[in-house]
Amino acid sequence: MSLLWLRFALGCYFVGLVYAFVALTRTSDLFSRVALHAASLGIVFHFVSLTELFLSGQVAWASVHNAESLLAFLSMAFFMLIYAIYQTTSPGVVVFPVVFFLTFVAAVGEQPVLLTQFVSHKGWLAAHIFLIFIGYAALLVSFGASLLYLLQERRLKAKKSTSLISFLPALEVIDQIGYRSLLLGFPFMTLGLLTGSVVAISTYGHLDFLDPKILLSVLMWAVYMLMVFTRWNSGWRGRRAAFLATFAFAAALAAWAANYFSAIHRFGAS
Amino acid sequence: MRFQLIGVNHKSAPLELRERLAIPESRLPDTCRDLTAYPGIEEGMVISTCNRVEIVTLTTNGHADLRGFLHDHFHLKPEELDAHLYEFREKDAVRHLFRVASSLDSMVVGEAQILGQVKEAYATARAVGAVRGQLDQLFSRAFAVAKRVRSETAVGSSSVSVASVAVELAKKIFGTLQGKNVFIVGAGKMSELAARHLMAHGCASIFVSNRTYERAVGLAQKFNGQAIKFDDLYATCDRADIVITSTGSPKAIFRREHGEQFLARRKNRPMFFIDIAVPRDVSPEMAKLDGIFTYDIDDLQQAVTSHVADRRKEAELAEAIITGEVERFEARLQTLDVVPTIVSLQDHLETIRQAEIDRVRGRMGQLTPEQEIAIEALTRGIINKVMHTPITTLKTAAKESEATMVVDVVRRLFNLRDKETTPPEKKNEVGTRQ
Repeated sequence: MSLLWLRFALGCYFVGLVYAFVALTRTSDLFSRVALHAASLGIVFHFVSLTELFLSGQVAWASVHNAESLLAFLSMAFFMLIYAIYQTTSPGVVVFPVVFFLTFVAAVGEQPVLLTQFVSHKGWLAAHIFLIFIGYAALLVSFGASLLYLLQERRLKAKKSTSLISFLPALEVIDQIGYRSLLLGFPFMTLGLLTGSVVAISTYGHLDFLDPKILLSVLMWAVYMLMVFTRWNSGWRGRRAAFLATFAFAAALAAWAANYFSAIHRFGAS
Repeated sequence: MRFQLIGVNHKSAPLELRERLAIPESRLPDTCRDLTAYPGIEEGMVISTCNRVEIVTLTTNGHADLRGFLHDHFHLKPEELDAHLYEFREKDAVRHLFRVASSLDSMVVGEAQILGQVKEAYATARAVGAVRGQLDQLFSRAFAVAKRVRSETAVGSSSVSVASVAVELAKKIFGTLQGKNVFIVGAGKMSELAARHLMAHGCASIFVSNRTYERAVGLAQKFNGQAIKFDDLYATCDRADIVITSTGSPKAIFRREHGEQFLARRKNRPMFFIDIAVPRDVSPEMAKLDGIFTYDIDDLQQAVTSHVADRRKEAELAEAIITGEVERFEARLQTLDVVPTIVSLQDHLETIRQAEIDRVRGRMGQLTPEQEIAIEALTRGIINKVMHTPITTLKTAAKESEATMVVDVVRRLFNLRDKETTPPEKKNEVGTRQ
């Protein structure tokens, strides 16, 4: 049943996906409203789907697909939060495609495979997943914002934006969205990694720093911290910040991909 | 009509060329004098703003070599200049001037500054006697047309101007202008206007710097701002988010290294330079820095093209007004030509004289040829004597600016009807009678 709701959500996110592509070429107030409503509806379906999953009693958070679904949900929630504050749907240009992709993989996938190893640390595990995913979602939005910043900066520099109205908010607003997401995500990411370490240590007795998952996670965290630091210390933004954000995002993707070849961090042994 | 107009504007010539043609205010009177001394030119004046340099003349035969004047005056080679020039004669020159004064030819259509600038140029030229008769008529009419366009269409009523465009761009960068600081470099009218707009949109404080410190103090007081010594410009400039610069400096005063310093001190928070100076105050290298946004006069033009569309309808209305006004002015100028009036006046009186003689002849019966000649000579002599002064006055008036008024009065006094064409032989007759 939860899969059905998820597919409804997917349908709604599809509208968002189309919006993401259209918004880059033209500005339509109507369409951004439609996309927003579709996304809101999608997030409701998504919530229902996740709730059902939770109520079904299976602790299946640690399955790949459920994890993807949760990450998509949190990213979408983050997007909504930004909309509530800044009244702009523009981060959707980056967030919608990623959410759609994650939801798509989750919705069409096979039945989730359970991860049984960590059963004894259910609480810590759930905390780890939640925290780190909020961190991911924040990173995604921050990455999106840095791309939008570049785009807007370029438009302003090219001086060719014949229309003064565009789907992009003001440069400083984009900058704030990016920076605040970054700041908000950082403690979650840090705590997420710490709780993950707790789970790992209590399971294996030690942390294997050479394991790709841990290595990449630490790398990602380091880049994340570097971003926060350079921004706080010397106000890096624009090209340099986008470069760092892309790097952090790539590191996050790599850390995510490491699930498939890490010895200690797997979604269910197959 | 022997009007002739030549010039360059923001559409025909790049900023670099306009920079070379720009005539400083102090040299305008001399340029006007040079112009009227040039062969074939009776009256002339120069309009020089940051968007245009135009020369408007009344020529002796309608074919003065205005290009030659420009080449000589600015020491420019024809190949550098000619491709960017436009030249209008007669009716077209009138239309162009009406369009310029009504701000239809402006970078920001409908902006109000151009009318003031044309008025100033007119006053300068008039003061040195370069504008006296017909050109004076033309400009008076142009100002009236501009006023009419402004009051009858919405071309000038909405918020589009260089200043308000600057505000919109600033909003595109900063979102809200609340709490932003503005720095005015070079206390000019345009920058004052832009600053006023920015303050109206919530900017927090204002700094003013000018080579003449007293002027900076004066302007700063208007805004409750702070005057900065020109020597401290670079040390304080980074405190501003928006810099409006319009100095008369021949070289850029903000160069790349300054931008780098500002950004370092501002922790890379963006800065917006509005450069309304010609020649430019901000080096083009500055714009290459991340976080520095520079808009010069030409860029502002591009930014406002979108607004132009909204105004197209109003502009069309304004163009229709101008077309009508050009026709009216042409007709008016024709009446300005006093000869037709003199001819009709003579005709009118001749008719009266004939009618009176015919009436008297009936009462007096048969007259001898000698008597006929005597009566003829008497009546003609009276009319000629009476008419001598009015005709001389009319002829003098034709050379002065009040010709229209005098012609109007005469026509009304004698209830003269307009005559479309006057046969040439009659004109000659008038000539011989004088």
